[in-house]
Amino acid sequence: MKTQRRGPQPAAGPTPPVRRAGLFGRMIAPVREASGLPKWILWAGIVITVIFVVLAVFAPLIAPFDFDQYRSVDGARFAKQAAPSSEHPFGTNVQSTDVLSRVIYGSRTALIVVLIAVAFAMMIGVPLGLISGYRGGRMDRVLLLIMDTLFAFPYLLLAIVIAFLLSESIGRGVMSAAISISVIYIPQYYRVVRNHVLSVREEPFVEAARAIGAKPRTIVRRYVFSNVVQSVPVIATLNAADAILTLAALGFLGYGIQPTEAAEWGYDIQRAIADAGAGIWWTGLFPGLAIVLLVTGLTLLGEGLNDVINPVLRRRRLKRVEIPVSEKTT
Amino acid sequence: MPKQTTSLRTYALTRLALAVPMFLLLLTLVFLLMRVAPGDPISAALGGRLSQEELQIRREAAGYDRPLIVQYFEYLGDVATGDFGTTISDNRPVTGMIVQNGAATLELTMVAMLIAVLVGIGIGLVAGRYRDTPVDVVGRLFGIVIYAAPIFFLGFLAQLVFGKWLGWLPTSGRASPVVTFELNTPTNLFIVDALIAGDWAALSDILKHLVMPATTLGLVTGGIFIRLVRVNVLQTLQGDYIEAARARGLSERSVVFRHAFKNALVPVITVMGLQFALLLSGAVLTEQTFNWPGLGSELIRYLDNRDYIAVQGIITFFALVVVGMSLLIDFVNAWVDPRVRY
Repeated sequence: MKTQRRGPQPAAGPTPPVRRAGLFGRMIAPVREASGLPKWILWAGIVITVIFVVLAVFAPLIAPFDFDQYRSVDGARFAKQAAPSSEHPFGTNVQSTDVLSRVIYGSRTALIVVLIAVAFAMMIGVPLGLISGYRGGRMDRVLLLIMDTLFAFPYLLLAIVIAFLLSESIGRGVMSAAISISVIYIPQYYRVVRNHVLSVREEPFVEAARAIGAKPRTIVRRYVFSNVVQSVPVIATLNAADAILTLAALGFLGYGIQPTEAAEWGYDIQRAIADAGAGIWWTGLFPGLAIVLLVTGLTLLGEGLNDVINPVLRRRRLKRVEIPVSEKTT
Repeated sequence: MPKQTTSLRTYALTRLALAVPMFLLLLTLVFLLMRVAPGDPISAALGGRLSQEELQIRREAAGYDRPLIVQYFEYLGDVATGDFGTTISDNRPVTGMIVQNGAATLELTMVAMLIAVLVGIGIGLVAGRYRDTPVDVVGRLFGIVIYAAPIFFLGFLAQLVFGKWLGWLPTSGRASPVVTFELNTPTNLFIVDALIAGDWAALSDILKHLVMPATTLGLVTGGIFIRLVRVNVLQTLQGDYIEAARARGLSERSVVFRHAFKNALVPVITVMGLQFALLLSGAVLTEQTFNWPGLGSELIRYLDNRDYIAVQGIITFFALVVVGMSLLIDFVNAWVDPRVRY
């Protein structure tokens, strides 16, 4: 069932120049090969995510008002909890701020916090997993136990307690939210990378590298890391989706970002719960939809990548094998 | 089969031994987290309300002036004897609070878990069986979207639609004030209490209060199960023994139900056990959304009051539950699937 031959081709005409794909090229190669449903899932995810990134980056240009602006330029105060109108397409909330503007600025808060949180988690989890998996021994066992314990604990409780402690020392801002969220995800990177390293460590090419006298540092960096790193984008996007939910949950419980510092969707929904009894739907619906859309987008992106990268689930489009017509028959 | 029973017992003992360091580690973590907080528990909760001398007296009475290591071992001893102390802000025995509010959380999470399992396994099996058909796409999308919806957002929508617009269901609390007042609650599980009392009006009131929170929490948790079950069905259907069963001429129905689904569900048990921690996280949010007087909303209330003793007690209890649950799941797994024991 081989569709293409590997190895040296029989010399038939000039051989095409060998294109060497770099690390990035190798990483996106499966994306280009994708087909069918995974491809659609992947693209839907990319489109939704890009829309939110654009909203986040250009928030001041797109949003009609500031996120905490409660009066118009001429000083007139906006109506409180006003229904959607042409002036305020998503209405105003209990603090008389414009819901549309808060939703747009909220994407900025969400993406910044999540970027920092995922970066932190990766920077700590990936190296720990590499070292722990490659070195093994007692350190590996102790680290594994610690990480498993952290992983088993209800993630939100951990985040709340850490956010609470940080709020006592460094206040409730973007940084403290990002740190509390990143703690939850460190064990995931650690575990995936460690388990992957355990299998890569036994590969012949690693043994070969060891045989020619490469230092452990070099082996881990050049041979193990580049093989393990493939699984990181999938976890990172799925974690980002999850982190958005965690940030919103923290905000909802009152341990997220100080409301004066930034617009945050979870906090907005917490304020909106009281509105539900009065039949005011616009204050909660729009921030909620924003969360659902962004998380769906990131999840689709992650699932699409997983379908495309993970060889177990991967379905490649098999190219039709052209059997050259033998010349002898003529 | 005497040999098998011994191996199961050995497995259980080893597993139990492995749970001990994990539990100790969790306790240490909780202790350290609560002690790195600035200030001691007494002044954090009561500072500003009492004079310095009175604070000092209380601190000494509670033993917070002693070295950390002494306090640590005392904490471990307290946990071993099930005594979590008394809350600082409202002078309640923590153990009593855990029993009382824990029952509310237990009732909520059990019903939610039931809904999650029904939804998750049902949709997951169908989606996995009919891979890449419209059924699969819809099932998967439902799973993804429901997972993407924060519990409190679903709760907000449910309160708006079923509470305000349709007026079918109450939006907060476990029962109407009258029922709470009149019902005798020996177990604190209101459904059980109403059944014992044979009070059908109260039962219907309690169930009405339970529907929205439990469904909200259950649907979100079920969304995760859909993905798990689906992937497991996919991988099982690719197994050699499935092909063998087909080759033997078994009907597709028998292949799918007797051979594939059963085996696909074994790993799901484990993962469902892991989701229990997630369910607890979700319970905190659900309780906060629907004013459900469980441990989660108590935790937030005590955090807001900076009552470290109460917070430490609740979190320690959650840690206990999580470790116990993971043990239980592993035992069930070892019992169902002999391969696990090796």
